[in-house]
Amino acid sequence: MDRKESAALKIKAAKIRIAALTAIHSIGSGHVGGSLSICDALAVLFGREMKTDPKNPKWPERDKLVTSKGHAGPAVYGALAVQGYFPYEMLTTLNRPGTHLPSHTDRNLTPGVDMTTGSLGQGTSVACGMALGDRLKGRDCRTFLIVGDGESDEGQVWEAFAFAAAKKLSNLVVLLDWNKKQLDGRVDEILPMGDFAAKLTAFGFDTQLINGNDVEALAAALEHTRGGGDKPYAIIMDNVKGAGVPEVEQTEMNHSIPVSDEQFARWTAQLKAEIAKWEEEA
Amino acid sequence: MKIIYDGSMDPKQAKALLGSLIPQLAAEDPDFIYLDADLMSCIGTLKWGKANPDRAIECGIAEANMIGVACGLAAAGFKPLAHTFGPFASRRVFDQVFLSGAYAKNDITVLGTDPGVTAALNGGTHMPFEDVALYRTIPTAIIFEPTDMVQLEDVLRQSKDLPGIKYIRVGRKDLPKVYEPGSHFTVGKAVTVREGKDCTIVAAGIMLHEALKAADELAKEGIEAEVIDPVTIKPLDKETVIASVKKTGCLVAAENHNKNGGLYDALLEVLAENCPAPAGQVAVEDEFGEVGPQKYLQERFGLTAAHIAEKAKKVMASRIL
Ligand SMILES: Cc1ncc(C[n+]2csc(CCOP(=O)(O)OP(=O)(O)O)c2C)c(N)n1
Ligand SMILES: [Mg+2]
Repeated sequence: MDRKESAALKIKAAKIRIAALTAIHSIGSGHVGGSLSICDALAVLFGREMKTDPKNPKWPERDKLVTSKGHAGPAVYGALAVQGYFPYEMLTTLNRPGTHLPSHTDRNLTPGVDMTTGSLGQGTSVACGMALGDRLKGRDCRTFLIVGDGESDEGQVWEAFAFAAAKKLSNLVVLLDWNKKQLDGRVDEILPMGDFAAKLTAFGFDTQLINGNDVEALAAALEHTRGGGDKPYAIIMDNVKGAGVPEVEQTEMNHSIPVSDEQFARWTAQLKAEIAKWEEEA
Repeated sequence: MKIIYDGSMDPKQAKALLGSLIPQLAAEDPDFIYLDADLMSCIGTLKWGKANPDRAIECGIAEANMIGVACGLAAAGFKPLAHTFGPFASRRVFDQVFLSGAYAKNDITVLGTDPGVTAALNGGTHMPFEDVALYRTIPTAIIFEPTDMVQLEDVLRQSKDLPGIKYIRVGRKDLPKVYEPGSHFTVGKAVTVREGKDCTIVAAGIMLHEALKAADELAKEGIEAEVIDPVTIKPLDKETVIASVKKTGCLVAAENHNKNGGLYDALLEVLAENCPAPAGQVAVEDEFGEVGPQKYLQERFGLTAAHIAEKAKKVMASRIL
């Protein structure tokens, strides 16, 4: 990838972070850590890898995104707003009465959200069904599934992974957000999951382990998943919970936290400064 | 039972009470054991739980496994209390509670926090309006929906030693002060919180406060409502309900739950079999939850004092006197 494209993706990721923070700040608090950690992946998915049409969000041949860790809704809404699925101003309706942007992603409320999630684990099986369904219908499209590392405590996640491999769902790409933390603290203290890459490989996936907060690494890894074949793909994203906002990265318990006016102003100013820097670079 | 209700809220929130009471129960009873599914910080037990990993079993986000483990601990002689949010404490683990728990006679207590609209900003996926219905179908299950902090403490304390499946649904925020501190409650024994002769209102959980406010409003119009706290939705105190309805001739059920399968249905059964009378419900219509502040959601789903007062007048008007 050339410098220009790399800079453009970094800019998109920063814009998604600003948008996600705009949504969360508007209601005062929310799932900041888990939203920020997937913004780079969302930037590369929407900016490069996924076949989508914001004007036609229900297009059957589109690539689909299932954010099984549905509490990262604000990041997904940020990406959708940046892509033009709905007006940017809508972001500040997060969690308000009658909103189209609930805390957890909902396919019946938000244009561009492909599956309803929030009960952790469930999105994994549904994504398998979507990928299998598209294949059986002969549609040339793929399903991208974002799963949390804490979420992977759920047995259902592993039932889905076994199924995906058994059915040779090479049109399914699992992006596992290995950000080392869940709600009560560190994954290694709560329920150590060991070596995700080795586990996914043993389950029959074509597995890559990358820095998931690096757009270039993401782009290369996603390019590899275009290969077809007879295995589902897994990308273990070695991520930082709260990535992109140093103060959140350094907050140990950063799952669901308040965002004050002052923090919002400071964090978004930092992100805007980064955007300006990359714009110069591009 | 001394009622101290004056409309004021208890300054102590349920989260703070749970966070101190659970460690206390562990200190008092060596067989008491607490399990959680990555939600210790949500009920204030994280710090203690981390320091006492043999008394507080962190199961991770694996609720079905947690219930199975709790059942195994019960078989090994422990008195488990397993906590997660209401939808995961009911729908998500129903078969494990039913079979490994009730059917196999492994006695456990399940604490499901943030029932119904108290799930507020967590939204529809986290908003159980059906958990009572599910637990009602489990033989031996006891369903508690505490109406104040005194009751929550007493219920949590006694449930560890009760046989069968005990399900406690409660929010993590505030509740009004209703009962004198130290009050003791009995399974299957309702409490008449306010006496009246014109209409029976049975209200559980957060709806008791609404029912008492409604009774105040009705009193201004000369209507004397009798307000009953069922304490346990299952088993339901038939005698108290029948005696009240024989006096008032009508009934309103108020619940933070789908109108199907919960308190209202349980009460209708009692009326139909014992003392047919006009009845109505202030409950969630057959709908899913949605996101928003609790106050908004109570309006949205009609779970307010005004709706109770209106329904009371309606059922009174259809009495055959
Ligand atoms: C079945 C289920 N159990 C519990 C929860 C509550 N919950 C929401 S997010 C979360 C932690 C998720 O951790 P992880 O998957 O690592 O997400 P991330 O770190 O990316 O935020 C928990 C326990 C839930 N939403 N669903
Ligand atoms: Mg995580």
